[in-house]
Amino acid sequence: MPDFIVQWLNQNDIFTATTMLHYWDGMVTTVQLVFLSLLLGLIVAVPLAVLRTSRNPFISGPVWIYTYLFRGTPLLIQLYVIYYGVAQIEGIQETFWWEIFKEPFYPALLAFTLNTAAYTTEIIRGALAATPAGEIEAAKAYGMSWFMRLRRIVLPSAARRAVQAYSNEVIFMLHSSAIASVVTIVDLTGAARDIYSRFYAPFEAFIAVALIYMALTFTLVFVFRKLEQRLLRHLKPANG
Amino acid sequence: MLDLKGYGPALMEGAVVTIELAFLSLALALALGLLGATSKLSHNRFLRMTATTYTTLIRGVPDLVMMLLFYYGGQLAVNNLSDLIYERFGVDWFFQFNPFIAGVLTIGLIFGAYMTETFRGAFLAVDSGQIEAARAYGFTRWHTFRRVMIPQMMRHALPGIGNNWQVLLKTTALVSIIGLTDMVRVAEQAAKAERSPFLFFIPVALVYLALTAGSELFIKWLDKRANAGVVKGD
Repeated sequence: MPDFIVQWLNQNDIFTATTMLHYWDGMVTTVQLVFLSLLLGLIVAVPLAVLRTSRNPFISGPVWIYTYLFRGTPLLIQLYVIYYGVAQIEGIQETFWWEIFKEPFYPALLAFTLNTAAYTTEIIRGALAATPAGEIEAAKAYGMSWFMRLRRIVLPSAARRAVQAYSNEVIFMLHSSAIASVVTIVDLTGAARDIYSRFYAPFEAFIAVALIYMALTFTLVFVFRKLEQRLLRHLKPANG
Repeated sequence: MLDLKGYGPALMEGAVVTIELAFLSLALALALGLLGATSKLSHNRFLRMTATTYTTLIRGVPDLVMMLLFYYGGQLAVNNLSDLIYERFGVDWFFQFNPFIAGVLTIGLIFGAYMTETFRGAFLAVDSGQIEAARAYGFTRWHTFRRVMIPQMMRHALPGIGNNWQVLLKTTALVSIIGLTDMVRVAEQAAKAERSPFLFFIPVALVYLALTAGSELFIKWLDKRANAGVVKGD
């Protein structure tokens, strides 16, 4: 950090260079956790959503049960079950998985991924179900195979319809990630809790972190608005 | 009766706390939502701006952060207020801010913002001819609001209220983090003490699942009733 900032920071008691760095580290953790869980969640959700639209109840049923369970219970419970539950699995302490799962970051990542994948599956399913029949008929008439139809016609068209609901899910995930601090992860909220208990200054500690979350949220809102404009460009009036 | 290593009754009491918390928060959220929506639609610029600031601020901040701010900050604020009252008026007054109050206030405030958006959309969906007709019959503004706007708006608001309620229900789990002895906290303590997380968290998850599934059915039924006289495809 440049010296003049350090000097300025050292003039007040709470927002010193040390605490600012603590917030920064917390922000890095939050962004990593949210970004990774959203990315993995999306990768899982796309095939699941396709399975969920299957007419065969033995294929769509299990996916429905999964999304219903994860959307019907609080994320906090899912986090607790995975965080406390993993250690209870017989013999896990002897395998390499333990090296990964003894860090609280990974159980949290798993819980967040499973949760966001459930919501995202339903969002994409809704978009898939709303595909105009004519688009599929046209693709069939062109002799496209099932997979090519999916890749070239159905998924891109569904993505356009899903992007608005998905942007809400992304913001929701950013906000839900605050509970990572409960399982000893020092994310943004964890940093704020540390700073609160160190200085006994609830307003400063939590309002500062609220402002950081707000900045992150509105950045995401802005990015998604741009993305939506890009994806739905062809729907704009010609002289708009 | 499920015993669950002796934690069964405590879990049941916790479930009652969760349900109380959810309903009180819902009442606050509905009241704030109506207030917010009418402010957003009012001609008064100050009211409009206040409501817009409220909904924007709430949507930017995680619920847990808000809850921590209210719980820890709320006690400090009450302490400062009680010091001030003691100095000024010599009245010794103290108020213990507890997690339940902090929880109801936070959840109510957060979902009040979401309800504001729901109600705003629903009010806008009421045919303006209905309001004009009511005014033409000599209804006062309050009467128009209560007799014409509210009943017709509810039909449009119900799906949104239902969605918000489902999310609200799951948000109540967070209050265990600031120390309220709801079923999540009981389960967490039991799971740690007995080293068997699944035994305690699975029943709690099932209670939540039952609550959300039951609400879903109830909202469907309400929705059917509210739309009783509506001609489909109109």
